[in-house]
Amino acid sequence: MSKKLSLGIDVGSTTVKTVISDSDGNIIYAKYQRHLSKVKETVTDQLKIIQADYPDDIFTVCITGSAGLGLANSAELPFVQEVHAAFLAVKKKYPDVDSVIELGGEDAKIIFLTGGVEQRMNGSCAGGTGAFIDQMATLLGITTDELDNLSLRSQKIYPIASRCGVFAKSDIQPLLNQGARREDIAASIFQAVVDQTVSGLAQGRSIEGKILFLGGPLFFLKGLKNAFVVTLGLDEENAIFPEEAPVFVAYGCSLYASTSDDYFRIDEIINKVSKARASDGIITGKPLFASQAEYDEFIDRHKKYDLAYADIHKYKGNAYLGIDAGSTTTKLVLITDDGKILYHHYSSNMGQPLDKIAEQIKRIYNEMNPDIIIKGSAVTGYGEDLIKAGLSIDCGIVETVAHFKAASYFCPDVDFIIDIGGQDIKCFRIKNRNIDSIMLNEACSSGCGSFIQTFAMALGYDISEFSQLGLFAQHPVDLGSRCTVFMNSSVKQAQKDGATVEDISAGLSMSIIKNAIYKVIRANSPEELGQNIVVQGGTFLNDAVLRSFEKEIGRNVIRPAISGLMGAFGCALYAKEKVTAEKSALISKEELETFSYTSRSAQCKGCTAHCQLNIINFGKGRRFISGNRCEKGGGISSKNTIPNLYEYKYNSIVNIVKTHQPKRPVGTVGFPLALGFYEQLPFWHMLFTELGFRVVVSDESSRGMYYLGQHTIPSDTVCYPAKITHGHIENLLNKNVDFIFYPCMSYNIDEGQSDNHFNCPVVAYYPELLLANNPRLNERNFIHPYIDLNVKKNVIKVLKNSLKGYNLRCRIPDALEKAYKAMENYNSDIARQAENIIRQAREEKRNIIVLAGRPYHIDKEINHGIHKLITSLGMAVITEDSVSALARTPKLDVLNQWTYHSRLYRAANYVTKQPDMQMIQLVSFGCGIDAVTGDEVRNILESHGKLYTQLKIDEINNLGAARIRLRSLVAAMEQK
Amino acid sequence: MSEYAKFTEDMIKTHTILVPNMLPIHFKLIISIFEAEGYKMELLQNSSRSVVDEGLKNVHNDVCYPALLVIGQFMDALKSGKYDLDKIALMITQTGGGCRASNYIHLLRKAVKKNYPQIPVISLNFSGLEHDSALKITPVIFLKLFYAVIYGDLLMTCYNKCRTYEINKGQAEKVLNKWQKRIGNIYRKKSNFYLKLEKISSDILNDFAKIPLSCEKKIRVGIVGEIYVKYSPLANNHLEDFLISEGCEPVVPSLLEFIMYCASGTFNDAKIYDNANTKSHLYRLAYEIIYHQQKKLISIMKKQGSFEPFHDFEHLRKLADKYINQGVVMGEGWLIPAEMAALVQSGIENIICTQPFGCLPNHIVAKGMSRAIKQDNPNANIVAIDYDPGATRVNQENRIKLMLANARR
Repeated sequence: MSKKLSLGIDVGSTTVKTVISDSDGNIIYAKYQRHLSKVKETVTDQLKIIQADYPDDIFTVCITGSAGLGLANSAELPFVQEVHAAFLAVKKKYPDVDSVIELGGEDAKIIFLTGGVEQRMNGSCAGGTGAFIDQMATLLGITTDELDNLSLRSQKIYPIASRCGVFAKSDIQPLLNQGARREDIAASIFQAVVDQTVSGLAQGRSIEGKILFLGGPLFFLKGLKNAFVVTLGLDEENAIFPEEAPVFVAYGCSLYASTSDDYFRIDEIINKVSKARASDGIITGKPLFASQAEYDEFIDRHKKYDLAYADIHKYKGNAYLGIDAGSTTTKLVLITDDGKILYHHYSSNMGQPLDKIAEQIKRIYNEMNPDIIIKGSAVTGYGEDLIKAGLSIDCGIVETVAHFKAASYFCPDVDFIIDIGGQDIKCFRIKNRNIDSIMLNEACSSGCGSFIQTFAMALGYDISEFSQLGLFAQHPVDLGSRCTVFMNSSVKQAQKDGATVEDISAGLSMSIIKNAIYKVIRANSPEELGQNIVVQGGTFLNDAVLRSFEKEIGRNVIRPAISGLMGAFGCALYAKEKVTAEKSALISKEELETFSYTSRSAQCKGCTAHCQLNIINFGKGRRFISGNRCEKGGGISSKNTIPNLYEYKYNSIVNIVKTHQPKRPVGTVGFPLALGFYEQLPFWHMLFTELGFRVVVSDESSRGMYYLGQHTIPSDTVCYPAKITHGHIENLLNKNVDFIFYPCMSYNIDEGQSDNHFNCPVVAYYPELLLANNPRLNERNFIHPYIDLNVKKNVIKVLKNSLKGYNLRCRIPDALEKAYKAMENYNSDIARQAENIIRQAREEKRNIIVLAGRPYHIDKEINHGIHKLITSLGMAVITEDSVSALARTPKLDVLNQWTYHSRLYRAANYVTKQPDMQMIQLVSFGCGIDAVTGDEVRNILESHGKLYTQLKIDEINNLGAARIRLRSLVAAMEQK
Repeated sequence: MSEYAKFTEDMIKTHTILVPNMLPIHFKLIISIFEAEGYKMELLQNSSRSVVDEGLKNVHNDVCYPALLVIGQFMDALKSGKYDLDKIALMITQTGGGCRASNYIHLLRKAVKKNYPQIPVISLNFSGLEHDSALKITPVIFLKLFYAVIYGDLLMTCYNKCRTYEINKGQAEKVLNKWQKRIGNIYRKKSNFYLKLEKISSDILNDFAKIPLSCEKKIRVGIVGEIYVKYSPLANNHLEDFLISEGCEPVVPSLLEFIMYCASGTFNDAKIYDNANTKSHLYRLAYEIIYHQQKKLISIMKKQGSFEPFHDFEHLRKLADKYINQGVVMGEGWLIPAEMAALVQSGIENIICTQPFGCLPNHIVAKGMSRAIKQDNPNANIVAIDYDPGATRVNQENRIKLMLANARR
């Protein structure tokens, strides 16, 4: 007799799960299987297995899951949203649970059950979870199981940006290159996932009580489980990891199905699924090659740019070694006097660049003719410092210089170089044989080579096979041009809509190119790029990517056959040029035999920044220290005397509260050391101390400060300076102030010279957000009146109103005058200090950098010590506000209506008139207004022959990209 | 400010003015007003992927999505070959204020200048931001625009309800088309009939009320958010259509609310910051007049009884005070939390808050206020959806579906 059963089908981003439950809601069948993007086929296969076991039974059925939506629609089967399905299952199986955390392939979800049911999913920028872990494992060259095992042996946790995979990668990469323990990195990756869940999803609700953990990653990965349990402070009883976790959602789906009265035989369901037609919602482009002939022409054309080779076993004479220690790959080239290649190597560094390179040098020594003399050696790339120290390389050069050297070898007239590597895109324009401007991909747009690789692996292909597939795709999918995370879901959608692997492969190649052209280079037309374009980097070895580039810009380009080795080749050329000694200082064959090193981590005690240091010991007293932002921790004790206005400004602000305080205070007021207070603190401090208040300012920012308030952040895409304010508020509340005073200000001070003088929306109204999202704040302990400091009578009225209880009415006008005076004094002190710095720098013949941002960019947790990095390169640093009064606003193409931003234009104008100055713009990630100012500032500077450099900063504490830019800037300045 | 091509007197006859498709219903009416004045105008309908691609090419990619789309739509049209580029002008609405949206027109000019320096860009604004254009907003045009907004709001509201529940598919659209034509004709004929608010409004309401509707109970979903993404199907991936296909009734607050919000901002700021002047007094006056009309409209709607009346604006202001100060005037400012609260109050507890990815004011007024609104109204079911050139429909729809699953629970 046939039974009545319920079937739930969960089609996730990477797996298909099927569950059959009986009429009492018991699971009687469950299966879990990866679908490798063959969604329909996998579902049909699973149904056929069920058919074999339950040929005569009838089912109510339902589909769920992120990839299930389209399938359900076209198969005309019911659908239930996956979080809701999980909710149903929890209600049935674990009714006493308080919250549920579920991590899937690409989604993170949380369900609060007690105290008002709420179901949440990560927003569109929250990054993957399961896919994120997969990506990280790929980065380390191991499986997720190995990653898990490593994490269990960790000793310490590094801070890794948890917002999205791309950010995390740029945190992890330098750690790897600096030789941090892989065990620690593995554990840090899991911790990042936990932090992401807690901050991104909880959004002000605390995760307490009995917690149920669901989803594949939380079922399979012990390290991840531990991290959650420890972070949430759970004991065994309150952390539930159910047996059926991998199929839990499918189970909920079957429960949802059981409420239906529509019964199907299994062959009917198979029939519906296999008949399901993909929708035609995908947008496709033209094939990369219209014909075989076109392809042949393309191949022939690019063959021309090959190098000559010489036999390493036979060649006699001088040779030069170039090494490019890239972020994910290692490249080595050994060349002869006339540029012939003796030896070359390109491979993934498996997260261990030092070992890889040592191994390769060993091979060179073993293979080379004894009559070869290695005269010089040079290294570039992320791992430059480490490799240089560890293997005694003669010189280290910045990547941009290396690439330019190499490109000029192939095309002496080159005017544009684009290099797409594993982790980054570098583009530079060449004018008058000098590097004129440099564009690097920002943290968010790193859809580069390793991205295709990860995708290829996820779809079960090897990278070269995968990209080959795209060459003759008939309908390449348009996947957009944003960050990896978005791309993941674009691919998901394309698959859902029935795109073939070929189409996706070609689509990915195209989106990498679009990303580079429109996001990194920001070009309007191919003419803007240049006449003679050289493309290079490992990613361009992929013919589909190369072809996409040529098609997008409508012009043929030069790709040297050693495209992936150009950095190393440039180094070798450089070593040849610079050679002075008889023989390179390169580590000898004998030394290599015994070469070994140990690494350990430590915290620098040099200053309050407490940089995380990695100390690598090569024996014989040679060691390499990394992770430090200034020279102090690098084992160099010399005091940095290069003047730095950031330091000065920061110290004057944080020390203000120490200047004077009333003896018998009428009360205690707290100011958060954040956002606008970084500029107006002198004003408010004077005002309130004059009124008789003791002024308390929150402690200096740190990553810990950020975590302190993380749970009250409602919008995870707001800028870091805003996010860290939440921590400052918590910190102040812990200091027991009578009240926090934090005014809302639509308008900032009118400095003239602009169309208006607004604050940005975030600076203007952040107090409103803080009050609404921090349950500890209320109208009494958080005073946030609306004030316009330009209208004195307004300030007086508002203050009288706000401080009603203190009976200070008549003292306000006097105090206010003093406050305005204090602000004025502070500003002129900063301007004077800038004058001094400029004078001193000129006496010492130093270049001066106007590091231009916002007042709050002096916070060292926000600027990550970039100003110190600049002084370590021998240049003096001043701020935008210290010189903005010295110039007028130039002609602009946009509305100039924000006080802070209008300073940028004036400061830029000032810089154009100073031969020894350059400007660097600091931009906080997520600052929408700088999308407007950045292009304008660039115009002002470049139209006067100045270089424009923009550094994007966020919570990530990685100065790698900043360092490349700054060093390239120095190289360009030297050449000018 | 740099030089840019001006829209001159003699261009009125020769040039066609292109208008972006922000509010499909309203903008059609608005165009007929200008046509009656002798301007040639065309509402852009291009919406293929190349609109986004042109946007990406021509504006900084971190600029908000509405700017990217509007500029992309213009550039795509200009490159389509459909137009004589020496006889084309572009028109874009402009609001002032501390949001970067006030820079849209300048970003558009920048993009246009690079490729088509001869093409003028006209600012449509009511705050006197630019005076050097031959497109003049005379008091009469202003009045006509105001009524066009009201009629547009009425049509939008009636249409959304009727097409959700209509028994005979397509009836609502027919009535909509009929009224769009009729009101357009009133304007084109330069008749003063448009002033007959009561007559026209009741006729519209009655006409729509005649459409037979099913009694099926559907989930009502309020749509609030950034003004362009909220209304433009191009930006929000046809959100209203999607909701209807999911068996819901979309409820979109009126454009008039946004206009009143802008008007009240000026005199409200004057009060907050003690800098009242003639301009702020004038705004106060204008606001009073508009508010009077709004009340009239609401009472007409109540009397007719078939459709949910618009939110009384003074009531919205009171609701806002519960959550946020009316000093928050950048972007959609306090209006978003006020509308969310008003929707919840009138039983529409399920709300989609649409916003461009990374929208600055919305950090504060949308995502920032959700918690407070939910705390007061535990049944409020709010989801914030980000729109962006890279965000995929499947992601957005899945989140909306989660919200709907909550609603059905």
